[in-house]
Amino acid sequence: MTTQILKGFSGLPNKLTEPFVKILTGPNKAEHISQMLKTIFIPLIALSIFLLLWSAGASQIKTSLGDVPGPTQVWAQSVQLINEHKEEREKEVAFYERQDKRNAAKLEKNPEAKIKTRPYTGKATYLDQIWTSIFTVATGFIIASLIAIPVGIICGLSPLLYTALNPLIQIFKPVSPLAWLPIVTMIVSAVYISDDPMFDKSYLNSAITVTLCCLWPTIINTTVGVNSIDKDLINVSKVLRLSWFTKVFKIVIPSSIPMMFAGLRVSLGIGWMVLIAAEMLAQNPGLGKFVWDEFQNGSSNSLARIMVAVFTIGLIGFLLDRLMLMLQKAISWDKSAVIR
Amino acid sequence: MNSYLELSHVTIDFPTPNGPFRALDKVKLSIDKGEFISLIGHSGCGKSTVLNIIAGLHQATEGGVILNGKEVSEPGPDRAVVFQNHSLLPWLTAYQNVELAVKTVFKKNKSKQEMREWIEHNLELVHMSHAMDKRPDELSGGMKQRVGIARALSMEPKVMLMDEPFGALDALTRAHMQDSLMEIQSELNNTVIMITHDVDEAVLLSDRIVMMTNGPSATIGEILKVELERPRDRLLLAEVPEYNHYRAEVVRFLHERYKNPESETEGDKPSIDIGNPSRKEDTPILYAVND
Repeated sequence: MTTQILKGFSGLPNKLTEPFVKILTGPNKAEHISQMLKTIFIPLIALSIFLLLWSAGASQIKTSLGDVPGPTQVWAQSVQLINEHKEEREKEVAFYERQDKRNAAKLEKNPEAKIKTRPYTGKATYLDQIWTSIFTVATGFIIASLIAIPVGIICGLSPLLYTALNPLIQIFKPVSPLAWLPIVTMIVSAVYISDDPMFDKSYLNSAITVTLCCLWPTIINTTVGVNSIDKDLINVSKVLRLSWFTKVFKIVIPSSIPMMFAGLRVSLGIGWMVLIAAEMLAQNPGLGKFVWDEFQNGSSNSLARIMVAVFTIGLIGFLLDRLMLMLQKAISWDKSAVIR
Repeated sequence: MNSYLELSHVTIDFPTPNGPFRALDKVKLSIDKGEFISLIGHSGCGKSTVLNIIAGLHQATEGGVILNGKEVSEPGPDRAVVFQNHSLLPWLTAYQNVELAVKTVFKKNKSKQEMREWIEHNLELVHMSHAMDKRPDELSGGMKQRVGIARALSMEPKVMLMDEPFGALDALTRAHMQDSLMEIQSELNNTVIMITHDVDEAVLLSDRIVMMTNGPSATIGEILKVELERPRDRLLLAEVPEYNHYRAEVVRFLHERYKNPESETEGDKPSIDIGNPSRKEDTPILYAVND
């Protein structure tokens, strides 16, 4: 009975629904109630204490942009940002309707007439900026992974190459994205010259900076993963006389996948943090630029809107990490390993 | 000198910071086709090194190994190895683990259908048909080792090399595995070289027991021919005087002539398992271990 109901809820995260279902159906009601208290109410209490402290502390500080906003102002601004997005979308729809009508009227008068369709050039809304950021970080992260995984595998297989590359990896790993960005900007503007550019330069600058900072954890983890393969498994591949390719794809990659994913998760986390800084400086129209523009704008709402961005950035970072975790759990063969 | 497998003057030096370390010195052994050989000796005497040289995983510094008229220079599936800790690929099922070996060895001369039958046949030999689709982490230690043996058998090796195959198993499982191995052996009559620490196991399974001296510069100390009739039954053998005689010979070699080099520092802890604990009660105790 319990499991049947649980199955019905399978679309929802189990941790949240399980205690409720068990209270309704299970035999040990008292135990489940206490479990529910633990999993739901304790975090809720902590959250409300945080909100209280925040609103009490915020009203104490006066800045040149007015009071530091408390939770209510931040909430109001997040609603405001969503409304702005809706209005902008309505304007866009209206614009295209007008354009279509105008063109239809023109065609009715003169079927030979040349029709011009112009794209809508309204300002990017907050939700558009979130998508830009996610798209940019995904680009940088995927490029980084495509480079880092093969390099890591080869470094893990060849101690010679590892000795050669290790100093470079160790030196570039701690470099701040803010140091990479000017170099990337100069190189991109020198190399990427096109009359009809497919990508904005700001987008390329941000994505490449993310790539440069994402590479290292994946390279290092993959190298360690490949290097620590059970020697007996390597002996198995020798006894079977597996070709180099078969060895890499049947033995090396599967056995280093858990470590590889640990590296990829760290990389994506770093990439998301780097992206916000890179967008601020490169003026890529994402969350980083939003924060910077609001800061420069200096209206009385700016601080509240920046705080909305702070929560958004945190939430998306968290969701990206969960996504990687799900992928890691789905792909990893080592089901006994505790992954969190 | 026309034996099936010939080890002639196998010597191996391992480089160390203090100069070369001679692990094996002039190991000489001829093995006939279908023979079951046990290698026994104290820890660190180079038993595994001998096996690795035959497997081709190590290269002898001097001398060499000739199998069926050809010198061994690299590892290959004609010398399948059963490793002590099974070494199955943990992300593959039992079937897929054997499949990897079969696909590599027979990619040219078996059709898909034949391969499937051959994989299933080998898993059946080791009584693992019921768990073909289970992954190693769902199998017990003994079952994993059975799959490891099936994988080795599926390569149709000229020699099967077993590196303490049952060393990590509990006594009851080990006895069960020994019986299975004897059953398979009577059917296929493979040439087998097995490393063991267990005197009973050596006497029960082997045609000859090769006893190694202590390292460094270890070599073969004595070879004991075990002329007990097959099929052998562990319960009946306990009553047979020859069986006890063979056991005594091995124990005498290991505990009188070549004492465990570590026993003086480690006190009374024997490194060699001289009795099978699962049937200690009905076996006469021949030698008290009190080195």
